[in-house]
Amino acid sequence: MQIYLPIADLPVNVFLVLGMGLAVGYISGMFGIGGGFLMTPLLIFIGISPAVAVATVSSHIAASSFTGAISYWRRRALDIALAMMLLSAGIVGSATGVWLFTELRALDQLDLMIGLSYVTLLTVVGGMMIYESVQAILRTRRGMPATLRRPGSHTWFHGLPFKLRFKRSKIYVSAIPVWAIGFVIGFVGAIMGIGGGFLLVPMLIYFLRVPTATVIGTSMVLTLVTMASATVMHAATNHLVDAVLALILMIGGVIGAQFGARMGQKMRGERLRLLLGLLVFAVGCRFAFELVVQPDDFYSLRYVMGG
Amino acid sequence: MRQLTIMLTLVTIACGVGPAPAAERLVVSLSNHRVAVTSNFVGEELVLFGTIEPEPSTSALRPPYDLVVTVTGPRQTLRTRRKQRMLGIWVNVDSREFVRAPSYLAVLSNRPVNTIAGQDTLRRLQIGLDNFLLPQRIGADVADTVRDDPFRRAFVRLETQQGLYRESATAVTFLTPTVFRAAIPMPAAVPTGNYTIDVELFTGGLLVARTNSALEVIKTGFEQYVADAARDYGLVYGMATTAMALIIGWFASIVFARD
Repeated sequence: MQIYLPIADLPVNVFLVLGMGLAVGYISGMFGIGGGFLMTPLLIFIGISPAVAVATVSSHIAASSFTGAISYWRRRALDIALAMMLLSAGIVGSATGVWLFTELRALDQLDLMIGLSYVTLLTVVGGMMIYESVQAILRTRRGMPATLRRPGSHTWFHGLPFKLRFKRSKIYVSAIPVWAIGFVIGFVGAIMGIGGGFLLVPMLIYFLRVPTATVIGTSMVLTLVTMASATVMHAATNHLVDAVLALILMIGGVIGAQFGARMGQKMRGERLRLLLGLLVFAVGCRFAFELVVQPDDFYSLRYVMGG
Repeated sequence: MRQLTIMLTLVTIACGVGPAPAAERLVVSLSNHRVAVTSNFVGEELVLFGTIEPEPSTSALRPPYDLVVTVTGPRQTLRTRRKQRMLGIWVNVDSREFVRAPSYLAVLSNRPVNTIAGQDTLRRLQIGLDNFLLPQRIGADVADTVRDDPFRRAFVRLETQQGLYRESATAVTFLTPTVFRAAIPMPAAVPTGNYTIDVELFTGGLLVARTNSALEVIKTGFEQYVADAARDYGLVYGMATTAMALIIGWFASIVFARD
């Protein structure tokens, strides 16, 4: 069944888009990531212009992260205090990112910057996660405790001042690394046009030692707020949010996210981290492939303006 | 900008060069002057019918005739970029901006345009994808380039791949030596706006008559409403979309709540 999208200006198959929403929603619910880094390329692939895709995906992510956040909230697997703390720093980071975005676009090398940052971030983060979770799984096999929460495993930033206690996550850390992470997520998110969940989850796990259980719900709250505000900003400035496309994606997305969240709760922490690591790494390799392999077509078109 | 204006003026003058003292007159009619894009729009084909009639003063027709129909969509500016390998990775190193190029361009004829008239005539009348004026911005200047300029070729090829540019030597059919029909394909991704249709009649390689028509592609009903809302009330539209996201998210969690 074809339906015409009023802002994207082209017809799409409803069931195809619904299916894409479901699949990405499932992954996002399971790992507590927005899934924008998966959905945006998919939409571009079916012919939607990159600008409309990025703007519309933000509203889809808002919907699926909201439903995910609610279900983690019910299971008390969500740390509001930590989320708020990260968010306040994230806003500052986003503003800095938007500024740099504009500067880079003037130099006409934004695509390359985005491509390179995707490759670097995704492969490094993905690789680290795979390595760590495989180690953890092997440890469990040998009958040792899987978690890394040993009293002696503190790193240098645990000695920093302004310590705060986050009860739900059972951590006691300095505000400085929390702020730094929030800032980095906001900054990178603005530059790369993503929610940053796939970066936030490993950062919270490895740097702050937040337990895998609360990390996902917390990351979803952060994603929800950033993506909801991104939707409003995109709609107000670029007029590129396609409400019809968003609606189809959302319906698929929220259903997928519900099942994904359930699956994520059932799975063991280190398995979940391994899967997310593999996913992130695979997407990183795909971007690397695109940069290195000779393209089919050396030329591409970009819309500048009408009239 | 000034160069562009001058150039466009020159183009207008060039186009204004009328046909030779004519014995023929074109009468055309379009099946539909308005293409309505609705929620189930998947493309459409318009049909242009026409006849060749003798001018009342002279009565002799001079078949066989050749006919070229050029349909031009609303203008837009696009950038064509070229990738090149640098330090092992593929980077956009060079680009050209095509200024006010048609978003849709169809050249429909009864046989290949380069067999209908001489190269000079086709170039002057801008008939055929190769001869259509596609001004590029090169530095501060705006000018059309030679037809085998690599950026121009890539631009036309990419637009053709999307179904927005086409040249068909079979789209015009002569039902009798003086009655013809032309099929104008409107793909699903056709841009909205005003289109012009130029019809040019040739005999023996000479332009003998021309006429034009127009059509518009518009969104209607719900699509129009959404597009207007997004453009005119961006902030409210964005907040409404976000609210929709939250409601759907909340609704799903109720539907799926088992505990």
